[in-house]
Amino acid sequence: MLLGPSLAVSAILFSLGVVGVLLRRNAIVIFMCIELMLNAVNLTFIALSQRLGLDGQVFVFFVMTVAAAEAAVGLAIVIAVYRHRDTVNLQNINLLRG
Amino acid sequence: MTLVAFWAFAGVAIASALLCITRRSPVASALWLVNTLFNLAAIYVLLDAHFIAAVQVLVYAGAIMVLFLFVIMLLNLGRAGPTDIRGARGKLVAGVAGLVLAAELIVLRLAAPPGDLQLPAGAVAQTVAAAGAVRAVGQPLFQSYLVPFEITSVLLLAAIVGAVVLAKRRL
Amino acid sequence: MKPLAGSAADWVGLAILLPFAGFLVNGALAFLRPRAKRLVSVVGVGAVAAAFAVGVAVFLAVLRAHPAEPYVRTLWTWIPVGDLRVDAALQVDQLSVVMLLVVTGVSSLIHVFSIGYMHDDPGYARYFAYLNLFVAFMLVLVLGASFPVMFIGWEGVGLCSYLLIGFWFEEKEKADAGFKAFLVNRIGDFGFLVAMFLIFAHLGTLDFREVFARAPQALVPGGGTVTAIALFLFMGCVGKSAQIPLYVWLPDAMAGPTPVSALIHAATMVTAGVYLVARSNVLFAMSPTASAVVAGIGALTALFAATIGLKQWDIKKVLAYSTVSQLGYMFVGVGVGAYAAGIFHLVTHAFFKALLFLGAGSVIHVLHRAYHHTHRTADAQDMRNMGGLMAYLPWTSRVMWVATLAIAGIPPLAGFFSKDEILGAAFARGAADPFYRVVWAFGLVAAFLTAFYMARLMLYTFHGPNRTGDLERPHLAEAPWVMTWPLVVLAGLTVLGGALNLPHVGTLHRWLEPVTERSAALLPNLAPATGVEIGLMVLAALIGVGGIWLATRILRPEALVPPERAPAETGFAKLLLEKYRVDELYDAVIVRPLVWLARVVLWKGLDAGIIDTAGVNGSAAVARGLGWLGSRLQTGQVGTYVFFFVVGAVALLAALLR
Repeated sequence: MLLGPSLAVSAILFSLGVVGVLLRRNAIVIFMCIELMLNAVNLTFIALSQRLGLDGQVFVFFVMTVAAAEAAVGLAIVIAVYRHRDTVNLQNINLLRG
Repeated sequence: MTLVAFWAFAGVAIASALLCITRRSPVASALWLVNTLFNLAAIYVLLDAHFIAAVQVLVYAGAIMVLFLFVIMLLNLGRAGPTDIRGARGKLVAGVAGLVLAAELIVLRLAAPPGDLQLPAGAVAQTVAAAGAVRAVGQPLFQSYLVPFEITSVLLLAAIVGAVVLAKRRL
Repeated sequence: MKPLAGSAADWVGLAILLPFAGFLVNGALAFLRPRAKRLVSVVGVGAVAAAFAVGVAVFLAVLRAHPAEPYVRTLWTWIPVGDLRVDAALQVDQLSVVMLLVVTGVSSLIHVFSIGYMHDDPGYARYFAYLNLFVAFMLVLVLGASFPVMFIGWEGVGLCSYLLIGFWFEEKEKADAGFKAFLVNRIGDFGFLVAMFLIFAHLGTLDFREVFARAPQALVPGGGTVTAIALFLFMGCVGKSAQIPLYVWLPDAMAGPTPVSALIHAATMVTAGVYLVARSNVLFAMSPTASAVVAGIGALTALFAATIGLKQWDIKKVLAYSTVSQLGYMFVGVGVGAYAAGIFHLVTHAFFKALLFLGAGSVIHVLHRAYHHTHRTADAQDMRNMGGLMAYLPWTSRVMWVATLAIAGIPPLAGFFSKDEILGAAFARGAADPFYRVVWAFGLVAAFLTAFYMARLMLYTFHGPNRTGDLERPHLAEAPWVMTWPLVVLAGLTVLGGALNLPHVGTLHRWLEPVTERSAALLPNLAPATGVEIGLMVLAALIGVGGIWLATRILRPEALVPPERAPAETGFAKLLLEKYRVDELYDAVIVRPLVWLARVVLWKGLDAGIIDTAGVNGSAAVARGLGWLGSRLQTGQVGTYVFFFVVGAVALLAALLR
């Protein structure tokens, strides 16, 4: 019964996450928007697991674990970059320019 | 009744997300994101995923977002500095991309799940009620998904080592 | 009657191999020991003399065997491709053996002459190498058993002609003359190639034996195909044998050493065209149109070239135009169907024309020597610098008079009989077809002019007062003996050569019968009635005598002035001197438009403009542009990358949703 609305909410949250990534320049805020996207996907998994089995919830468990690991490493990188370039503004971190 | 609750939580979650992506201060964004995560946890409960809801609050909102706030504090980015939101062109591009994506995803959700895989309504709620929330998730986790579970622990180890190395002042 | 297989005829390939080996040895010597003149001479002359010996042996074998069919000696398989099978094969029959003897015999004498003539030249070894190579290729041409093998020889002699005409290539004029010869020849060669393609397409073979056996049945006599084949073959002849309109290379070819002119442009290479027509007599007899064209062009060329020869001052140019004219006679002979008569004139002409050129060579050599002593730069070939040389060069002048009488057609010298037979055949054919009467008339007028201009040459060179100069006169003396005795031998051949084919005896005619019988069946009778014949002979003799007499009457050698002080020519004489300005005409109408086309359209327009700009530079520009575009994507901005990411994902989703 809640499946339809859940998926709609998930879609909206995911799109908001994408908008956030495209809109912001601060590396940490972008990271947060990525977390938002991951959560939207988690909601999809949970919503569908109601009808398709508990495997969905197990998977969400894994997603969260990976998200934690990713957040740790990613923020470590941001710290390292900040130490060298004194900024987290993505516009200024452009050494890969071709 | 559940529907009303659901829409209430969902509405707050969406509004929080919107605020999260538009605040100038990174700390404000982080806090609005925490709010979103809380409301999502509530929705999980409504969807019979009690254990996951608890884990969401514990891990996501409790650990990950705290980590974010720590880093913001470490780098002294807390105050609302000059805005890091892109200009008008950037906003337009982001808006269009977001709208298109949302449209596509909603169209996608109109497709019904395959019929023969559908469990009868309420089956999950029953399992949760019978075995307890933790056991219901723990059983498949340690039986069918044991190998991914172990591998995830390796992954966490790698992440720890990586984070320590990357964030050192001097290698 | 002995069969030819297992006789000397099996060794006919040696006649080609020996001069070719001479080329290799002399060529090596030219690089390594260019001053080893004696060795070069021995190798050079020896190779060709040995080839002549082989030729004699083969001739004797053919004499004993009297073959009715040609004897083909296959050396190896050359082109086996699908339906086409061409072997590297040599053919021994009566016609090829005649050519073999003439080529090797006259070549040997000219090689001996060259020892004296080229003695002081630094390119001595190179000269003999090229000359040997020429003989080798010429023999491939006359001994080939199929059209492609003959074509190899055809092209090869063209190459050697280029190398030898441009022998003194440091002078641009001489190098240009070589190039001109090769280029004009090439135009004719195109005709030869097309003819070969047609022959193969319609007859399925290119071997002489097969082609001439199948042609009368497979092709319609007088039809379009056989006429086309014959005309394209004749196109090759027009180029190689210097007929109108492709004769223009031969007078310029006089830039080469005089023995080269004697060998290549008098006795052998230029006669290749006549040989080709004689060899393909079946095809030409089957097409009256083509034969008429051959005879017509031959007659026209004979007359045209004779008129130009009337006013030339360079002794070699007179002889060059005389060659063109005499070649015209030969083509009249094979055009009216008298193939044996054409070959007969070919042989006699080889004798007396080689003699004339070598004699002129002697004169030029002597004058050069004299000018060398007094350090004067004057044209040793201009007749206005000669005169009265009979007193100084007695042997040379006497033999040259023999040749002059022969070419003028005075009996009983060789030229009389050969020329008379051709004109007789034309006259006889003219009874049925008036066109040939016109041909005969042209030939008659040309004979008169020939006698006239040859007598003019002799008068201005050997008689009258000497104009060489007082300082040079003491140095004028007879050429060395090594240069003079070949002349004597040739003079002897000129005197006796008529015996080859006396009227009513017809030795050569009967000798060549196995080669010409198939065509003789298709042609009307070519022998005029006896009374008419005698009348024609008398007429020919009178014309010859008359020409010489008129020359002695109206020409005044004492009035000649050395070229520096000579007055400019006027009127018709000027037109003749400038050879009717044909070269200038070709230059304006053909050469210049082609060069313009090549330079402006093809080079600037097409090559530089389109291909370079659009193709080469254009593709580079496109690559650069694409690269620039690509580099714009590498902004280094993560935001841009993410944007493209999202665009890609959205597109993928849209595709999946379909």
